[in-house]
Amino acid sequence: MNSEFTFTVNGRSRTISTDPQRPLLDVLREDLQLTGTKYGCGEGQCRACTVLINGKAAASCMTPISEADKQTIVTIEGLADGGKLHPVQEAFLAEGAFQCGYCTSGMIMGTVGLLNELPNPTDADILPRMQRYLCRCCHYPKILKAIRRAAAQTAKATTPK
Amino acid sequence: MKKDSAMDEALPPEYEEAVERVSYDFGLKRRAFVQILGAGLLIAVSAPALAQRRGGRGGGGARNIASRIHLGKDGTITVMAGKVEAGQGSRAELSQAAAEELRVPLDRIQLVLADTSLVPDDGMTAGSGSTPRTVPAVRQGAAAARGLLIDFACKRWNVDRNAVQVNNGKVSDAASQRTLTYADLAASEDAVTAFQQPIPSEIALTSVKDWKVLGVAAPRPNGRDIVTGAHQYPSDIMRPGMLYGKVLRASAYGAKLASVDLGPAKAMKDVVAVQDGQFVGVAAPTAFLAEQARAAIAKTAKWEPSSHPSSKDLFDYLKQHAQGNAPANPFAYELAKAKHVLRQSYHVAYVQHAPLEPRAAVAEWTDGKLTVWTGTQNPFGYRSDLMRTFHLAEDRVRVVVPDLGGGFGGKHTGEAAEEAARLAQAAGKPVSLRWTRAEEFTWAYFRPAALIEVEASLDAKGALTSWHFTNINSGGSAIDTPYRSGNARCQFVRADAPLRQGSYRVLAATANNFARESFMDELAAAAGTDPLEFRLAHLENARLRAVLEAAAARFNWKERAGKKTPKTGVGLACGTEKGSYVAACVEVGIDQGRIVVRRVCQVFECGAILNPDNLLSQVQGAIIMGLGPALREEMRFENGEMLNASFRKYQVPRFEDVPELDIHLLNRPDLASAGAGETPIMVVAPAIANAVFHATGVPVRTMPISLPKTTS
Repeated sequence: MNSEFTFTVNGRSRTISTDPQRPLLDVLREDLQLTGTKYGCGEGQCRACTVLINGKAAASCMTPISEADKQTIVTIEGLADGGKLHPVQEAFLAEGAFQCGYCTSGMIMGTVGLLNELPNPTDADILPRMQRYLCRCCHYPKILKAIRRAAAQTAKATTPK
Repeated sequence: MKKDSAMDEALPPEYEEAVERVSYDFGLKRRAFVQILGAGLLIAVSAPALAQRRGGRGGGGARNIASRIHLGKDGTITVMAGKVEAGQGSRAELSQAAAEELRVPLDRIQLVLADTSLVPDDGMTAGSGSTPRTVPAVRQGAAAARGLLIDFACKRWNVDRNAVQVNNGKVSDAASQRTLTYADLAASEDAVTAFQQPIPSEIALTSVKDWKVLGVAAPRPNGRDIVTGAHQYPSDIMRPGMLYGKVLRASAYGAKLASVDLGPAKAMKDVVAVQDGQFVGVAAPTAFLAEQARAAIAKTAKWEPSSHPSSKDLFDYLKQHAQGNAPANPFAYELAKAKHVLRQSYHVAYVQHAPLEPRAAVAEWTDGKLTVWTGTQNPFGYRSDLMRTFHLAEDRVRVVVPDLGGGFGGKHTGEAAEEAARLAQAAGKPVSLRWTRAEEFTWAYFRPAALIEVEASLDAKGALTSWHFTNINSGGSAIDTPYRSGNARCQFVRADAPLRQGSYRVLAATANNFARESFMDELAAAAGTDPLEFRLAHLENARLRAVLEAAAARFNWKERAGKKTPKTGVGLACGTEKGSYVAACVEVGIDQGRIVVRRVCQVFECGAILNPDNLLSQVQGAIIMGLGPALREEMRFENGEMLNASFRKYQVPRFEDVPELDIHLLNRPDLASAGAGETPIMVVAPAIANAVFHATGVPVRTMPISLPKTTS
């Protein structure tokens, strides 16, 4: 039943032998000990499990590991550059954009994915896109401030990361 | 109304919870648990009775200074508290409390929370209790430690206490320019004995006007770990050799397991399967394999269903299953002479907390001792549950609660840890168990549904002359009316509930306030008075009046309430619970058959504000969370099955639901600080209901609120 899959996670090549149907979320958490990516619902309705696959935000709970084969994945643990936080992480920290924080890694990865596609989004771009991301503490006002802050940073930067 | 306990200015009374726990018993098989009391006297104690006796309600607190404050010889300062951080801000607030009284910067404090082997029992994290009770307890402990530093310096320098002062972690004698630090105190001979002293309850605390760390915005101390993904929530804990568990749940509510064949699971490589009474679970090296094993044995399970009411018939069911009949209105003589008598019934649906991190635990047995890492709001109470379930002495159970992913009153029990521990016992390895979202929606306890009946009378001048209010099933929080009404009786009647129920943010105060405040608007309409004027004419409590008047002024209520704008309504509500006061004015739009909450103006007052940023977060979060049960959230069930046990079907608030928010935090530095995580939610639903009434002319009597059939 097991097959072998090779993919890049946070800049490092990994090879895993496992069931092709196992969710990427489980492989990240259980096999690679990358527990920053969270389970919230298992059906793509809360996006706490968001990672970047080839730069695009994706729900890792809905992604079978077979689909991750030969892809490039970034998780919340791979976002900072050594001790230097990614601008989106900086923005979330500066705005205090979390209460319990369980949604935060998904929110941050979703924001990075959004800014990869739209470096200077308006609220009209942000809201429908982030509508898929749940925060049960309902900390949306401060999360939105953090997204706007990160967007302003990204728009300012001459070479978007 | 002669008495009004809700209006007392004192601290909220010790919190009482009515949470139904799952009564696992994994120890002595099928025998009554027997406790020996005194010589030869045997008393059989039923499990629930024993559970009620367990500690951890208010907690005993710190028995001495050392159990609250630890000073390292290297200068580290560690503060210990029995509360949990579930996102409500206890970690920042308790750190501020210690830093303020120790006279050190906030970042000097290392705070250990909720590890039963390390911290004092400060009771459960519930009932907005951390602010009025644990903050003062930590301040007292810290002030006592500062007192020891002063004593130490005075003795060494042979000076009077008045000659020294403590600043920035140092005691100094201005005259001689000598200083000593907490590290010096820790290294002193007398330190161990000194820290064994009890914390004096009469110790003087820093007055509000001198606060430097309290009263100022403080960020969450471990915020950086949150944004990097480094913080380990209960579901993230990993132990060597750990397996992943899954539990076989009943086919329907109330169904009993008749038989199951564990064979298909046991045939799978590396899978452990266990049955212990009604408990059946599996553990495997991956959650994926564990789920395959669970599914394989689920196919073999035979269940004996029991009849179970459907949510369609819920309110008839509650009425029929009220324990004792709902009392009759004793104020018939007032009704007879009244100008108007109004009588209405209000329905509030069952809802779930749905914290984003589901119930989760890792359990590990070492030499007969059990350690669990779990997300419970009640670590010491939960340790007692584990002791009872596994028949263990107190020193053989340790409960550790890492900062968890949301609670909202939903995690007072910790059954995931009992399940993980039973699987770990069978496997001989640590087991991690995380409930699925569907399990959360189905098997976690619910906020109780409410059937509320209210009757009131008005005289010819539009004054309330009697008030009779009965809550069936959901609870007595904020049940007393703050409005003067001549005669008032408010009572809570229990019912044999169809679902497992328990606490939820502000408990039944939302349901009671929804019914009361919606009914007040109907009474105002009957009296021909504006809802604000009608309330103020019956309201004496100065703090409640202050928030109501402030909210109305900010919202420009007087002008807006008189105006009719098509497809738009405005409504207001106020209330008090747990020592804090709140009022809200809202504007709703009716858009293609939907209620859109456009604007919420809320004024909130909880005494002296400890952390304004965190308070704003709590108020914002409570308002937005409150939109869910107000407008959409409702557990639907039929034949013992939940019909909407997913985020797809059960729609909680999201980004696009957020209204324009105008929040004013009314600071009262002259008053004791009350908790703030709950009360702000209690006005959301009734203010929206009243705005819908204003827009449509049809009163609202159900939560979630829907538009009258004729309006679209």
